[in-house]
Amino acid sequence: MPTVIFQLPDGTERKVIAASGTVLMQAAVSGGVEGIVAECGGNASCATCHVYVDSEQAELVGPPNDVEDEMLDFTAAERRPTSRLSCQIHLSDALDGLVVHVPEEQV
Amino acid sequence: MTSTAGVVVVGGGQAAFSVVSTLRASGYDAPVTVFAAEHHLPYQRPPLSKKAHTEPEGLRVELVPESFYRERNIDLRLGDDVVALDTAAATVVSRTGARVPYAHLVLATGARNRPLPVPGAELDGVHALRSLDDALTIGRALTTARDVVVVGGGFIGLELARVALARGARVTVVELADRLLSRAVSPELELPLRERHEHAGLQVLTGTGVRALEGPGRLDRVVTDREHLAADLVVYGIGAIPRDDLAREAGLAVDDGVVVDEQLRSVTDPRISAVGDCARHPHPHAEGPVRLESVQNAIDQGTLVGRRIAGSPASYESLPWFWSDQGDLKLQIAGLRSPADEVRLVPGDSPERLAGYAFRDGLLVAVETLNWPAEHLAARRLLERRTPVSAGDLAGTTLGALARARRAAEVRA
Repeated sequence: MPTVIFQLPDGTERKVIAASGTVLMQAAVSGGVEGIVAECGGNASCATCHVYVDSEQAELVGPPNDVEDEMLDFTAAERRPTSRLSCQIHLSDALDGLVVHVPEEQV
Repeated sequence: MTSTAGVVVVGGGQAAFSVVSTLRASGYDAPVTVFAAEHHLPYQRPPLSKKAHTEPEGLRVELVPESFYRERNIDLRLGDDVVALDTAAATVVSRTGARVPYAHLVLATGARNRPLPVPGAELDGVHALRSLDDALTIGRALTTARDVVVVGGGFIGLELARVALARGARVTVVELADRLLSRAVSPELELPLRERHEHAGLQVLTGTGVRALEGPGRLDRVVTDREHLAADLVVYGIGAIPRDDLAREAGLAVDDGVVVDEQLRSVTDPRISAVGDCARHPHPHAEGPVRLESVQNAIDQGTLVGRRIAGSPASYESLPWFWSDQGDLKLQIAGLRSPADEVRLVPGDSPERLAGYAFRDGLLVAVETLNWPAEHLAARRLLERRTPVSAGDLAGTTLGALARARRAAEVRA
């Protein structure tokens, strides 16, 4: 299963090995990555698992879905071109080595 | 042997987890002990009523793996509960006889279900939902249930009713009040919500009390004020009662929840805090002290107390928000509405979307949405900044559009 890397606002990084069939938000929470709050538990209800996909990998990860796209306009931290809700990113081996940046605030 | 007093947390739910994870993330390095009565690792509750029954085998609800606690030196005592609190000695006593001293004590004891006060409530086939084990039991019962009666038309009742419907049962919701979700949503939004539930196939009986549950050994019918309903499964969700017994017995101020100040400290003993469902607290968005049952409240209160103990005190003022997935309906509420507030319903940009804006003295105080998460988020952003939004500002527009316009104006300025 893929290893994903979370770059935290303080400059440190957390490497997490994702379990099979999970979404990026779950990998973050299981790995104890601070800054991914995921209040709603992954139901695209709260936008507290916002991440910035590394720009070099944005194409590989793909764009947000329609509901997610609307929600990203109202995240706590500013929206950027590669913003995604991590609960909507399904992990697979193709995303091994994925790097995402965790924003300063989520709520 | 060292016995340095650190933080003791009573309870093993979302609020407790929030306290201990925040403590360690904030650099707190004294002992942290958690007494969790259940044998499961701390887990998420929202999926229990929304998903547990559709995917009971694949259900993964634990918040973090066991290694999280180990790596952070958090002493997680699963299956043990605090039974006595000695505030003079600043020590707790657990069911298994452990005595642990504390410098700070956090009560995160949650709530218990209000029992169904009718004859027959103890019959086989009658369940309430609170814990993961309850969810798994109900999930198994739903594999064979044909006629399901849900007592209580609140969040949990309606979530479970739609799960049962999706599993192919005939489902009747019986609610004593004259409308569904009477404490949670406005009458204006309740009407379309009820229509949608009925259209999906739920039978809804409001203004109807349950008198008895009957059956020869095992449940087979529900006797209401109006009629008898065939039932091989009854699930009830008629509210919760805060678990504040420990605090009361220890002499702390209790009033339907542990009474705390704006920093969530017991008003009786500042070395004790209460967070989540069991706490009654002042709130800038409420007229009097409130007790909120929500994930947001559990997480945010736990975070606030964790940070305070680690040295960064603050007052609790997070904007309350709630959500409920009822079949294909995603209901979200931002802010606290009062019964006297004026509610204006606004259609969304597609037929399934709807918002209700609640105004008090002409200003927006709360927003209810159906199937419209972006509008909900826009409401949260505007309400939590306490930027005044008047009824006039919202004439002919949505909060989403208003928020985007204001942001654009800020960028230009």
